[in-house]
Amino acid sequence: MSLRASVRLRRGTLDLQLDVEVADGEVLAVLGPNGAGKSSFLRVLAGLLPPDAGHVTVDGAAWDADGVHLPAHRRALGMVFQDALLFPHLSVADNVAFGLRTRGTGRTAARRAAGDWLTRVGLEGMADRRPGELSGGQAQRAALARALVGEPALLLLDEPLSALDARTRLTVRAELRRHLADFAGSTVLVTHDPVDAMALADRVVVVEDGRVVQTGTPQEIARRPRTDYVARLVGLSLLPGTGSGTQVRLDGGGVVAVAEEARGTVFAAVRPESVTLYVARPEGSPRNVWRATIAGATPHGGTVRCDLAGEVPLVADVTATAFAELGLAVGAQVWATVKASEVAVYSR
Amino acid sequence: MSRAREGARVPAPLLVPATVGVLFLALPLVGLLIRTPWSQLVPQLTAPGVGQALRLSLVSATLATLLSLLLGVPLAWVLARSRARGRAVLRALVTVPLVLPPVVGGVALFLVLGRQGIVGSWLDDAFGITIPFTTTAVVIAETFVAMPFLVISVEGALRAADARFEEVAATLGAGRWTTFRRVTLPLVAPGIAAGAVLCWARALGEFGATITFAGNFPGTTQTMPLAVYLALQRDPDAAIVLSVLLLVVSLGTLLLLRDRWVGRAGAA
Repeated sequence: MSLRASVRLRRGTLDLQLDVEVADGEVLAVLGPNGAGKSSFLRVLAGLLPPDAGHVTVDGAAWDADGVHLPAHRRALGMVFQDALLFPHLSVADNVAFGLRTRGTGRTAARRAAGDWLTRVGLEGMADRRPGELSGGQAQRAALARALVGEPALLLLDEPLSALDARTRLTVRAELRRHLADFAGSTVLVTHDPVDAMALADRVVVVEDGRVVQTGTPQEIARRPRTDYVARLVGLSLLPGTGSGTQVRLDGGGVVAVAEEARGTVFAAVRPESVTLYVARPEGSPRNVWRATIAGATPHGGTVRCDLAGEVPLVADVTATAFAELGLAVGAQVWATVKASEVAVYSR
Repeated sequence: MSRAREGARVPAPLLVPATVGVLFLALPLVGLLIRTPWSQLVPQLTAPGVGQALRLSLVSATLATLLSLLLGVPLAWVLARSRARGRAVLRALVTVPLVLPPVVGGVALFLVLGRQGIVGSWLDDAFGITIPFTTTAVVIAETFVAMPFLVISVEGALRAADARFEEVAATLGAGRWTTFRRVTLPLVAPGIAAGAVLCWARALGEFGATITFAGNFPGTTQTMPLAVYLALQRDPDAAIVLSVLLLVVSLGTLLLLRDRWVGRAGAA
């Protein structure tokens, strides 16, 4: 079971060109901002939207190709939507059994399979409830059971966790991860939340404005982002520049000292927690010292995330205590230092 | 508390016309009840022809409603969901019987289905079927006038229903027909029921198209509204009694179905 898709789609301002391959049992996350075309891509895979050109092939069978368009109901797939979308007029068990019944399974067998799946997703005893009686997390679990009960070749997840509150999201994400590990088919997860992508996917494709801007394992994406969007998502400051020896001359001006030798056009990436702020110019001789102005400050748990404006634009995480003790505020002049060994350098 | 009371207070410029409106709608009904000759109620109701007219009214209105459901629900689906061209024209056509004087509708039906009519003459020649001045004509006239109420109500329900459920059904292997039967129809059932009640009530009260196209023959085409009108000319007391009977039947039906269906559609 595997998916190979190459999709071309123009819709209004959207111009989508996406090529992906997903192997057996692999989970591919399509990560991108709203309006990047992620959901349209998923709708094409589902057969709900015919592509302008390209192909969708699952297990060697053409679902979309030149002159071929298999309608959604003839595709062996399961899909989970952002708002569960359980049929309100059917019981939870009948919702889960729906796909089996339409594909010809008998009533008794379908109900038994639905019951098994409800147990697997932790909803035993809820079979006869109406969807309206379920919590958001329970509804999304039932929706997952409904998508998986037919043993599809392809599982499509459209922002499956974004409608849930923070605490529920955490537990449902962990459960989803477990079910995805057991799932033999290919999975495509669409999300704008990097945490979902990092936690659930084997591989991530980052999409901006209908194009792939970066692909890699979650670790690669998190450590070596290639666009500002991805860098912001994973919380890094991304500084493009040109390397010569252990120095990177930034495109925007300024020089960053790095530990490893770097040549040619590179990215220097700095994590917010490796930036230290001082009110007075620090003693000693740290190699990276810049003057900066605090342009913005957002409390973030026990830390305050400061956006720094200056020769080198950075983001710094300061503990809330330090922020208060140093008397920092938006508009304050500070000195920012980063150890050379804390700067990641990689070629563009 | 005070906030809720403030919200409930009606501004005078609205209160006065609203009160006049209620009186305007309710007074005629009160007048009807005041003038009802209660002592003659039983003899009037058991008079020959009354039961017959009532039975014919109920049967023909119910048949007209069934026919409207059969044709109107698919029509509403086409209006709400299909992307075929000319839907605007189609919707206008469906709305015409709503604004057309029923008598004109009756004349039009007569011109098409009458013995000399375009379809009627062919029915007569080929099958020996004549429609005008039969109970069938009553049902057709009532359907013509009442079906738009159903279509518009169901179309509204279909538009309000979340079309994403139909996409979900498709991803679960349901073809268009299965989706319609197992998802769309149950989702809009309250709207269909509300439309059917409206349709039935309109059919029950139908007068103009019926008398034009079906005539006024006791037993075959004389429905309650026709009987009321006829009675008014010779025996006003009888007309009042018949009117009250019709009022009770339609109000009773509405109240009976309201809690089950109409209220739910309103709440949804």
